Amino acid sequence: MSAVTAEHDHDEHHDHGPEKGFLRWIVTTNHKDIGTLYLFFALAMFFVGGTMALIIRAELFEPGMQFVTPQFFNSMTTMHALVMVFGAVMPAFVGFANWLIPMMIGAPDMALPRMNNMSFWMLVAGVMMLASTLFMEGGAPASGWTLYPPLVLQTGAALPFAIFSVHLLGISSIMGAINIIATIFNMRAPKMTLMKMPLFVWTWLITAFLLIAIMPVFAGAVTMLLTDRFFDTSFFDAAGGGDPVLYQHIFWFFGHPEVYVMILPTFGIASTIIPVFARKALFGYSSMVYATAAIAFLSFIVWAHHMFTVGMPLSGELYFMYATMLIAIPTGVKIFNWTATMWRGSMTFETPMLFSIAFVVLFTLGGFTGLMMALAPIDFQYHDTYFIVAHFHYTLVPASVFILMAGGYFWLPKWTGNMYDERLGQLHFWLSAVSVNILFFPQHFLGLAGMPRRIPDYAVQFSDWNMVSSIGAFIFGFSQLMFVYIVVKTIKGGTGEKVTDEVWEGAAQHSLEWTLPSPVPYHTFATPPENIPTEHY
Amino acid sequence: MMSTQDAYYIPHKATWPIAATLGLLTSLAGFANYLNGNAAGSTFMLIGLGIFILMLAGWFTMQATESETGMYNRGVGISYRMGMMWFIFSEIMFFAVFFGTLWYTRNLSVDWLAGIGEGPGRSSGLLWPSFEAVWPTNGPGNVGGEYEPMGAFGLPLLNTLLLLTSGVTCTWAHHGLLANNRSQLIKGLAATVGLGFLFVGFQALEYMEAYHDMGLTLGSGIYGSTFFMLTGFHGFHVCVGAIILSVVLFRSWKGHFTPENHFAFEAAAWYWHFVDVVWLGLFIFVYMM
Repeated sequence: MSAVTAEHDHDEHHDHGPEKGFLRWIVTTNHKDIGTLYLFFALAMFFVGGTMALIIRAELFEPGMQFVTPQFFNSMTTMHALVMVFGAVMPAFVGFANWLIPMMIGAPDMALPRMNNMSFWMLVAGVMMLASTLFMEGGAPASGWTLYPPLVLQTGAALPFAIFSVHLLGISSIMGAINIIATIFNMRAPKMTLMKMPLFVWTWLITAFLLIAIMPVFAGAVTMLLTDRFFDTSFFDAAGGGDPVLYQHIFWFFGHPEVYVMILPTFGIASTIIPVFARKALFGYSSMVYATAAIAFLSFIVWAHHMFTVGMPLSGELYFMYATMLIAIPTGVKIFNWTATMWRGSMTFETPMLFSIAFVVLFTLGGFTGLMMALAPIDFQYHDTYFIVAHFHYTLVPASVFILMAGGYFWLPKWTGNMYDERLGQLHFWLSAVSVNILFFPQHFLGLAGMPRRIPDYAVQFSDWNMVSSIGAFIFGFSQLMFVYIVVKTIKGGTGEKVTDEVWEGAAQHSLEWTLPSPVPYHTFATPPENIPTEHY
Repeated sequence: MMSTQDAYYIPHKATWPIAATLGLLTSLAGFANYLNGNAAGSTFMLIGLGIFILMLAGWFTMQATESETGMYNRGVGISYRMGMMWFIFSEIMFFAVFFGTLWYTRNLSVDWLAGIGEGPGRSSGLLWPSFEAVWPTNGPGNVGGEYEPMGAFGLPLLNTLLLLTSGVTCTWAHHGLLANNRSQLIKGLAATVGLGFLFVGFQALEYMEAYHDMGLTLGSGIYGSTFFMLTGFHGFHVCVGAIILSVVLFRSWKGHFTPENHFAFEAAAWYWHFVDVVWLGLFIFVYMM
């Protein structure tokens, strides 16, 4: 391209600034604005979903019924999961993708900026529709986030709203994923070959494929729920020749890749942060890429390990058991690569690195409990107990959420030009890391002892550990308010210390965004960068 | 020579997406209210659909104008093509759900209901002793009452021929466009659109026959459910495809598109071929087998 002869990385005289006033946030097509919208929306939903979790933990603080009705309790478990998955964790990663992918590959913006705006507003519409079910006759869906029939078909007025909110969220995710794929394939700087892309870009590319493949599947499944309830079909009704178990198969064909949608970008951010603070290149770059692809492929052929107790043929149980255990191999590759990256590194322990190290340790723990439940005969004992609750919360909270926090601390100085308060950041980390274990570790014991999940009351022998868990939940929940305070303070000027362009020592050798000024201008890489960092491979 | 046109076009604000969101939200909320028996629901549904259709017209007019005034370079064209490709892939996954449902019920769950392939200690064979695993079926409960299954040779076969022919005329139009032969482009597109709407007409006829003469409805057990869900969603996609092609036909008649620059035509043609292939799957797995 002849345009590379231009001297400046960013082109001032063609710079269109942001729209004036509030309208800016509604009509914007700028990837940084849309990234900010996604991140703030996700943070708000994190507290909405978190409040629901605290209602659950308050009710479970002691045996007996204290605060809510059983029906409302079940609505809370359902809505907590849906809000956290579709409103908080996924949008947060899309926010990071929007902010970072164009800057990391040297592109001026996302490939399809108008659609980028639309996918954000469709997300808001979907979550609003979901939240509206809380105020409806018969209450919000109370079937668990899996929405299994026939139970979910007993939902009151909320059912069609919940189903249509899934459709809207699906539209939003598919549009976002298409945009990410088109951006990565079509907008890279000339020298940015695929195997030179930062791992965050790689993991999102693979995640985007997963999203396009699974969101339509979930949409199809809930459409069949809709017709079974309102249009006389018999998809999940044995009397008409259908089968409720069919729904479970379709749901988990969506659901298993869906949980990897939340963990693969986590791996990407961890693989970006750990090398910077270990002051080394990432160990095993290409094996990281292949491991991510392998995990994504395996996610499509293991779904029925969520259904071991449903009454499958023995051959099915065996196949899904062995296939599931295979996932430990590429995941192990990743864990060892992160460890090897830190090995003999000149490590420093700023807040992003603390969260990342906690992620490596605690995600491994969550991975091991997953391996335990992959064994079909053992799963018969653990199925639908608090053991599974402990397992997936370890892979989501001290993994995905911790890494989202790490990413926030890591890039916030770049985005705002201000440094966050390191002392407060570390206090936030230690409060979170300790309380998250007080919260979830005892749930392993409860599950092994036989406490079922999704119940508002329990037998008295479970009292002690439930009390410990609830105390951890409240410490963890309120600690997160610190994050809001730190973020707001940083945006408003932080510690007063102006950060350098590189922010973190040596970061510019790892990824392109650190070569830009801090704070990053509204438009970046109007012309593609000539050189790209080479540290990470 | 590569100064402004070489730059990737980045729009600086977008007003249609929020209209799209409001339209869709209103119509879906209206539809949900309608399903709950709320009288105002259908009004809101129509208002929302109206907003959505206006949005489509406005947004696509803007895109067509921008394209014709040369604002899109090759890179933008590649992004659009990738967008369309992956959108069609998502549609394939949507249809895969319903094909998968058909496969699962025909090969697994109906057999299990009749007690076939069950291990010892299972009970469905005892629950429904008189139920036999045959396809088509409306289940052990004879849900929806007596019905006659839809045959393959008659309207469905005719529709197969119509849709395959429309695929040919569509490709013929594409060749016309590439050779700068506008009359061939317009004739080919007009034939494709005509065949598409004829298909939809015949399918409506087939549905009326099913409902009025054969007792076959959406409520006829799993056979009726899978039959109408698969053919219904396909028919809806044929309608959408035919409308897209009509817009492309109108734009061709207005003199849009060149042999080098015709993304809208390509996207419509890809979509049409996708709908065509889905129908072949339907004809084999729903009607013939």
